[in-house]
Amino acid sequence: MREPSRVTRPLLSLRSVSKTFTTAGRMVRAVDDVSFDVAKGECLAIVGESGSGKSTVAHMILGIYPQSAGEILLDGSLLPARRALIHRRAIQLVQQNPLSSLNPKRSIGASLRLALDVHGIGERSARWDRVGQLLEEVGLPADFRSRAPSTLSGGQRQRVAIARALACQSELVVLDEPTSALDVLVQARVLKLLNELRAQRGLTYVFITHDLSVVRNVATRVAVFEKGRLVELSPTETVFTNPKHPYTRRLIGAVPVVTAQEAELRGRLMEKSNASA
Amino acid sequence: MNRTLAILLRNPLSLLGLALVALVVLSAISADFITPFPEHAGAVVDFANFNKAPEWPYIMGTDLVGRDLFTRIVYAYRISLILGVVVLAIAVPIGVTIGLVAGYFGGWVEYVLMRVTDVFLSIPPLVLAMSMMGVLEPTLTNGMIAVTAMWWPWYTRLVYNLARSEKEEGYVLAAEVIGASKAHVMFREILPNCVPSILTKMTLDLGFVILIASSLSFLGLGVQPPTPDLGSMVADGAKYLPDSWWLTVFPGLAILVAVFGFNLVGDALREILGAEQ
Ligand SMILES: Nc1ncnc2c1ncn2[C@@H]1O[C@H](COP(=O)(O)OP(=O)(O)O)[C@@H](O)[C@H]1O
Ligand SMILES: [Mg+2]
Repeated sequence: MREPSRVTRPLLSLRSVSKTFTTAGRMVRAVDDVSFDVAKGECLAIVGESGSGKSTVAHMILGIYPQSAGEILLDGSLLPARRALIHRRAIQLVQQNPLSSLNPKRSIGASLRLALDVHGIGERSARWDRVGQLLEEVGLPADFRSRAPSTLSGGQRQRVAIARALACQSELVVLDEPTSALDVLVQARVLKLLNELRAQRGLTYVFITHDLSVVRNVATRVAVFEKGRLVELSPTETVFTNPKHPYTRRLIGAVPVVTAQEAELRGRLMEKSNASA
Repeated sequence: MNRTLAILLRNPLSLLGLALVALVVLSAISADFITPFPEHAGAVVDFANFNKAPEWPYIMGTDLVGRDLFTRIVYAYRISLILGVVVLAIAVPIGVTIGLVAGYFGGWVEYVLMRVTDVFLSIPPLVLAMSMMGVLEPTLTNGMIAVTAMWWPWYTRLVYNLARSEKEEGYVLAAEVIGASKAHVMFREILPNCVPSILTKMTLDLGFVILIASSLSFLGLGVQPPTPDLGSMVADGAKYLPDSWWLTVFPGLAILVAVFGFNLVGDALREILGAEQ
């Protein structure tokens, strides 16, 4: 935003990225020659059947393991295989299962504070207060920080996980099926929160899901994966009204993971939230 | 707290265990006050009263040089407990750390550490301690060294298996993505989830350490006279069975009470803490 070229430069770029796993002597090409850009402020949904390589892409972006080939660039600079702390701080993760993503033996506050401590964010003495603020920013009471994860509901835990992703004030958040483990009503509320946060803070999302009805509610563009390959990348509306690839058409045909009633309910909830946001 | 009470009350054996452990620990701590002849813990000779069957004031009889057996058993408890605590205080941190490192790091680190551990585990404990005691002088300190050397691998095994499954949990991934150090992930994230199992094993082991120490001194390799030791008492008294039965029966019962008590408490603790076996 400081210079004109920055606006057009993508926040995240994958260039011919591949990943091959070798397990028990067998080679699995989980991701095959994938290239795409993610613009600042957008929400790119990655959809595809289970096993199509969505999580593998997420893990390579996060640097959990390196790609076998290709390059990943953040804000124009190459991300190394061994990530330094600044790289870790720049990309955050929200996982699918909020039950396992919070340590059952540590308080909510301790889990949130870790990000602040690791990256030296704020004065030491102010961090506990900051943890309370973070909780309030995702719609939870500040005094949840001294509670154990087991005392929270699934939706509340996922809000904590989102608060943790906000703690570093990073621009890019990778969400790997963040609402798949939640029931429909809770799902709608969490999606609403995610939309609000993205709008207010100019966050960029890489939003992985196998639920196309969720895509409609959050995504600006959709990347469709099939067997490790990127087969279609279009604006959300196009994917639903005019899917180009046969696989995408099949995927849309196979949508009903939620009942029509549930979809309508969520649609209403989302509309309301969009109107109020 | 209520759950703890409920579990204890539901299982009368755990109450018995608690009573036995309390008996052992409290008598060991207050040995100077509850024993009729504290000086009999040392090298005292009283030939006027040697080898006496139980009769007041010698409630468990006297040994071959006229020392009160009850006094010596209580002091033997004290030494056994000190031995047990010192052994565990050294063996547990070593074993736990190696297990955490092997389980979390994986790869060749895991390979090397676990092979070494397996070697120690494959030697029967008594044989290992005996061969060490054969080289070292049979003193209390060396006894502790020998028992410690054979005890840590069990904690490595335990924690290694726990860490290997814990590291697949989402909270470990979350901490890694934030950029937390390996030490943080091992000791602050994974370790707290292993603590229930470790505590349970430590309680069980207090009984077993006493048993092993007794076995060593039974073989003449442990604590040396005149220091009172349950194993030596049984060994010395065995030659005079069945006439001087008290020389073996009471020290033998004392070993049984300690081992049994710590086992029952360990089992109850496992249930209370919800530890895995
Ligand atoms: N760590 C791994 N080791 C071996 N194979 C893996 C690993 N992770 C994923 N795979 C394989 O890669 C493929 C893609 O998996 P994944 O990215 O998890 O798919 P998705 O998230 O779309 O369901 C699958 O065939 C899976 O078995
Ligand atoms: Mg996945």
